[in-house]
Amino acid sequence: MTTRWVRHLRINLALHELQAGDERPLLLLHGLGERTPSKLPAYASSWPGAVWGLDFTGHGDSDVPSGGGYTCEVLMGDADAALRDIGPATVLGRGLGAYVALLIAGARPQMVRGAILSDGPGLAGGGTGPSSTMLIGVDEGGVVPPDPFALFELSRDVRPPDYAATFARQVLTLAELPTPLTVSARWRPPWLEAAASEPGVVDASIEDALATYARA
Amino acid sequence: MTVTDEVLTYPGARRPDRRRRVDAHGVGIAAYEWGDLDAPPILLCHGGMDFAATFDLLAPLLADAGWRVVAWDQRGHGDSDYAALYSWDADVRDALAVLDSTTRAPVPVVGHSKGGGLMMQLAEAMPHRVSHLANLDGLPSKRLPPDIANHERTRLLAKDLEDWLDHRLRSTEAQRRPGTVDELAERRARMNPRLSRDWLRYIVTIGARHDDDGWRWKLDPSMRFGGFGPWRPEWSLMRLPGLSMPFLGVLGLEYEEMGWGTKPEDVVGYLPLGARFVPLEGTGHFVHIEQPEVVANLILELVAA
Repeated sequence: MTTRWVRHLRINLALHELQAGDERPLLLLHGLGERTPSKLPAYASSWPGAVWGLDFTGHGDSDVPSGGGYTCEVLMGDADAALRDIGPATVLGRGLGAYVALLIAGARPQMVRGAILSDGPGLAGGGTGPSSTMLIGVDEGGVVPPDPFALFELSRDVRPPDYAATFARQVLTLAELPTPLTVSARWRPPWLEAAASEPGVVDASIEDALATYARA
Repeated sequence: MTVTDEVLTYPGARRPDRRRRVDAHGVGIAAYEWGDLDAPPILLCHGGMDFAATFDLLAPLLADAGWRVVAWDQRGHGDSDYAALYSWDADVRDALAVLDSTTRAPVPVVGHSKGGGLMMQLAEAMPHRVSHLANLDGLPSKRLPPDIANHERTRLLAKDLEDWLDHRLRSTEAQRRPGTVDELAERRARMNPRLSRDWLRYIVTIGARHDDDGWRWKLDPSMRFGGFGPWRPEWSLMRLPGLSMPFLGVLGLEYEEMGWGTKPEDVVGYLPLGARFVPLEGTGHFVHIEQPEVVANLILELVAA
């Protein structure tokens, strides 16, 4: 596995190449608290082109910022920096990464050649509306990834169903592929149920979705 | 080279008596104090794209009335560190770090604009730390999005999202545009049309730094006004009715772009029990700069209650 670095404002992000290839890159977005797997996962082994994995801010080999401040919109910016580096790609997200995959597919419909939303840690986030506020501090001494602030803040990140549905509609309206959004997750928290209910979103396994996007 | 001893004067404005640095989980926060160190503390929180110095008129009035006034530049603003990440929750946590560095006893807290919203959240999370709460033109309202066709909405959102991401890609090495004191005051006057040019020039000499090629606002170029996200203004409003400490809400009735466009009827139904609500006629978003004595007296009445 080789790693290169992409810059998102003050953060250096680790972008790992899990499989070399010249065309049709696939970008993997990990779940909350995870990192890019050390070798190509079995579910992506059929992919014909390059496979990349991005470590989000505060995760894996990427920089850990001081003092927190995580939002999924910031992680969408992480994914954008990766796509700027590797070019248009199919994006496969797990859990938290599935939500970020939906956001970046809606925000950069020309850069995402199909988004697959699958199960994984951090899929639900903090529910559909705000909960009571809680403030925590983190002992700065010897913080190693994943950043405790990331685990705390991104597990409370509010994900209203209509917000997710809006991004799904952006993907469906603006992307070039006929079926640019696939939901593979078997568990559907409210935001994902809303996205999956938009007419045109495909319900399929990861393997079938990858096969479709590899041919597209 | 940075020149720092060029601060202009403004009638009634007084720079802080003391400055100190607060470590907010690794982010350095510049804190400022007016008044006797042994006096009871009161906390002032500024608004977005602003500075603790916007309290240079209000803070001395409170200090002279017997308070130790503590304000700070938020992360990315003024002399505080530029952070890697910015969020509402991080701003509230930074505020708590400033409060922790000041006292563990409950204190009165005042917030302007975005600072008012932040302090409402601090009060909700830590009611045992906030004895009184004053909100200066930072009361939210349930604004309904304009009624536009779906395809138009898609196009507008697509542009917003692209602009936001492009700004982040561009801002890695970005610097703010330099200018003269007058030019920076002129730029800010477009957002703050009701504030006098003399006041804006004064704020430039504190909120900007003087580089060789001109003055630059000390605001992290990666920060941006507005934007998008799941947050709804009414989610701030829902915190309001449950607050238990004595509450003062001040609203400037003159509409301004920087303000939240909140009208009295938007909030009166949500005020905490026993709250005092004061709409100010002929006053804009910066109630404490346009009417420092009026606002100081309202705050002093609140804390005396």
